[in-house]
Amino acid sequence: MSDLQVFRQESRDWLEENCPQSMRSPVIAGEGACWGGRNWTFTSEDQKLWLERMGAKGWTAPDWPTEYGGGGLDKAEHKILKEEMARIRARSPLDSFGVWMIGPALLKFGSEALKQQHLPAIIRGEIRWCQGYSEPNAGSDLAGLQSKAVDMGDHFIANGQKVWTSYGDKADWMFCLLRTDPDAKKQMGISLVLFDMETPGVTPKPIKLISGSSPFCETFLDDVRVEKDQVVGEVNQGWTIAKYLLTHEREMIGGMGLTDAGSKTLGAIAAKTVGTTDGRLNDLFMRTDVARWEIDAAAFAFTAERVTDEAKAGQGIGATSAMLKYYGTELNKRRFETMLKIGGSDDLIWEGDISNNGWTARTLLRTKGNSIEGGTSEVQLNIIAKNILGLG
Amino acid sequence: MALVLNEEQQMLKESAQGFLSEHAPVSELRAQRDAGSDRGYSSTLWSQMVNMGWAAILVPEEYGGLAFGHVGMAQIVEQSGRTLTASPLLSTAILGVTAINLAGSEDQKTELLGAIAGGELTIALAVDEKIHHDPMQTAMPAVAKGDGYVLNGEKRFVVDGSTADKLIVATRTAGSPGDMKGISLFLVDRTASGVSVQRTEMLDGRNAAIITFTDVEVTADAMLGEQDRGFRALSATLDAGNAHLSAELLGIAQESFDRTLQYMKERKQFGALIGSFQALQHRTAHWWSEIEMCKSVVLKVLQSLDEGDVRGSALASIAKAKLCEVAELSTNEAIQLHGGIGMTDEYEIGFFIKRARPAQMLFGDYNYHANRFALISGY
Ligand SMILES: Cc1cc2nc3c(=O)[nH]c(=O)nc-3n(C[C@H](O)[C@H](O)[C@H](O)COP(=O)(O)OP(=O)(O)OC[C@H]3O[C@@H](n4cnc5c(N)ncnc54)[C@H](O)[C@@H]3O)c2cc1C
Ligand SMILES: Cc1cc2nc3c(=O)[nH]c(=O)nc-3n(C[C@H](O)[C@H](O)[C@H](O)COP(=O)(O)OP(=O)(O)OC[C@H]3O[C@@H](n4cnc5c(N)ncnc54)[C@H](O)[C@@H]3O)c2cc1C
Repeated sequence: MSDLQVFRQESRDWLEENCPQSMRSPVIAGEGACWGGRNWTFTSEDQKLWLERMGAKGWTAPDWPTEYGGGGLDKAEHKILKEEMARIRARSPLDSFGVWMIGPALLKFGSEALKQQHLPAIIRGEIRWCQGYSEPNAGSDLAGLQSKAVDMGDHFIANGQKVWTSYGDKADWMFCLLRTDPDAKKQMGISLVLFDMETPGVTPKPIKLISGSSPFCETFLDDVRVEKDQVVGEVNQGWTIAKYLLTHEREMIGGMGLTDAGSKTLGAIAAKTVGTTDGRLNDLFMRTDVARWEIDAAAFAFTAERVTDEAKAGQGIGATSAMLKYYGTELNKRRFETMLKIGGSDDLIWEGDISNNGWTARTLLRTKGNSIEGGTSEVQLNIIAKNILGLG
Repeated sequence: MALVLNEEQQMLKESAQGFLSEHAPVSELRAQRDAGSDRGYSSTLWSQMVNMGWAAILVPEEYGGLAFGHVGMAQIVEQSGRTLTASPLLSTAILGVTAINLAGSEDQKTELLGAIAGGELTIALAVDEKIHHDPMQTAMPAVAKGDGYVLNGEKRFVVDGSTADKLIVATRTAGSPGDMKGISLFLVDRTASGVSVQRTEMLDGRNAAIITFTDVEVTADAMLGEQDRGFRALSATLDAGNAHLSAELLGIAQESFDRTLQYMKERKQFGALIGSFQALQHRTAHWWSEIEMCKSVVLKVLQSLDEGDVRGSALASIAKAKLCEVAELSTNEAIQLHGGIGMTDEYEIGFFIKRARPAQMLFGDYNYHANRFALISGY
């Protein structure tokens, strides 16, 4: 057996032994997901166990170095682990802005001390992070941000306002972009800093969304003390790191275009709901919608696979995160439009058991944000046109 | 299997690129068309292709072939989409070889596959009877007589039908149109008595034919595969054909895109390069993203053919449907973004739409394959 075959067998055995049965079904649109952190209430004992076991093995961050508690897997092993998890429909043990966003930025740009301080806690799911990028007047034009940090000698004092801070009221720490040089050119005077959300002067206020839930906040910063050793990379050099982090965020959000392994296909849901005659869905226009969506979704899934394989083989153009983000999120929006049509009038019911508390309608509304968060679809198209196609 | 080309496939792609852009560029297609060539392709070019071994790529080694697989073959086909090269590659070296290899007897394989690999034999696949592709609806009767059969009926959109040495004809020997069972395949000489060929020049300047069979008598050993059980091999042959047509459409989409992108960096209006207008940038970026999707579905279906994946038919329909959609988008955007000059015959960009439409329709367009995919998926 080759090393990879051995790895596959060992992973399979380990997962078989350690993944609780109730964790072997997909998390659909967030229900049953585990975010961890100081304030997290586990939805079940199994959820807790699953996070602890995977965290201890470093498989919440499979490709991070073992010295910080990560899994230390190379790309080929990582792919095998994903396949083995999909095989038993194991759900992700941890959803985490730490793993998806600030962790990779720390690994690439952070000091050794920052890595030692933050990475192990991210891997074990002990600290939950939020992202303080957007401001009322700095959305797509993020580099126009105005919240600032003033150098007080041994520390900074931050003031300003962030907005659309996802889970700002649930998170333990924030990674935050602040202007540290008001006189420098837009992109040049920005720093990426880290602080505890319990620091005096940090006030997250939930904002209610069209879906009825309040997953994000406006976050006010009033004379917040930021320690100097919590600057990632150099002072005033935060923009490069911020952009690097955004490419990770985009890949993660673009992944929403992928159907969760093991969940029912749109075609199967439609067939069950409206029935078939001679193997054809009874509503022929719906059938067309579903087939079109499934064809595009398959093409997208193969593209995600190809891009990963090309990167592994050192081929391809890279810089594909804008395309995956654009296509994946537009696809996810179409998916829920089709789902709602399949679900019919029952799925319009906002609360109660008939519609599982308006699950489809609320999720549909939430997906509208997919093509806004992490950079809008239009911004992704701008990036493709400029960076990949060379159109000035 | 990783969704990337291996080194040998990459090399074949590069050599096909080099050869076709030198010997068979778009200007060759124009020359063929303007000369009123009645073959629809250049025999010299075909001989060169055969000499390079291209006709032998799908032929198994024991019959004198290279057994290099569908992914490899499709690298040539994709390039021939970029250069709009007409040749018997699809009809003979892909459809012919696949059908004979799947359904043929040992004798047929030995005799025919070697001849194809050596460039001594060309084939055309005669399936459609109506103006829309639907192989299960095959109605043309083949009736047993003595120790042979008699064929009567009409086939249309037979690509290379006016030039091929032999035709592979789908007929009905039992059941009724719509039944999977009862379809039988025959090998018929194009020049056999009772076979009448009407060449139909298509909008791509290439060759197709409407072929009428009037009391055409064939011997029993002209049958390819078992009586009444021809549909499986036919369907698998069509899957391969559609995978390669998808590869050709990918070449067409990419070349239309590349030429348009180049034009956007040269053409000025309102004192600026038209590529600087955001309205066009967004359309182009979307278009590029769609082509990225196409690269993945095409490679996926080709790999599945080489691996004998059971999802082959579903993947073939996904690929052909997606490529029909994006080839349509590509050839339309190409003309629109070129403005008035895109409408002229003198400029080459208009040749791409003319090849794309027949390639889209051959063996099923978007609607056919979306429907087929849905049926396979249980709805
Ligand atoms: C669900 C959700 C969660 C979020 N979570 C976070 C978070 O955790 N942390 C955080 O910091 N931010 C978060 N955001 C904010 C998000 O990053 C911004 O909303 C996004 O960058 C867009 O900024 P904006 O809302 O100010 O829109 P604007 O930038 O004002 O855009 C308005 C419209 O104009 C278009 N537009 C803008 N500029 C251009 C241009 N140059 N060319 C063409 N069109 C253009 C946009 O595409 C959009 O359609 C979240 C947003 C959502 C919806
Ligand atoms: C069939 C036909 C018949 C015609 N008949 C006549 C006739 O009888 N008399 C006559 O005088 N002319 C005629 N025309 C010419 C026609 O008016 C021009 O072709 C048309 O105005 C476009 O100009 P163009 O071809 O130079 O394209 P361009 O202006 O070069 O345009 C190329 C592309 O860039 C886009 N573009 C250009 N500027 C912008 C912008 N600011 N923002 C976004 N996109 C932009 C265009 O939409 C197009 O997609 C005819 C054209 C055709 C095709």
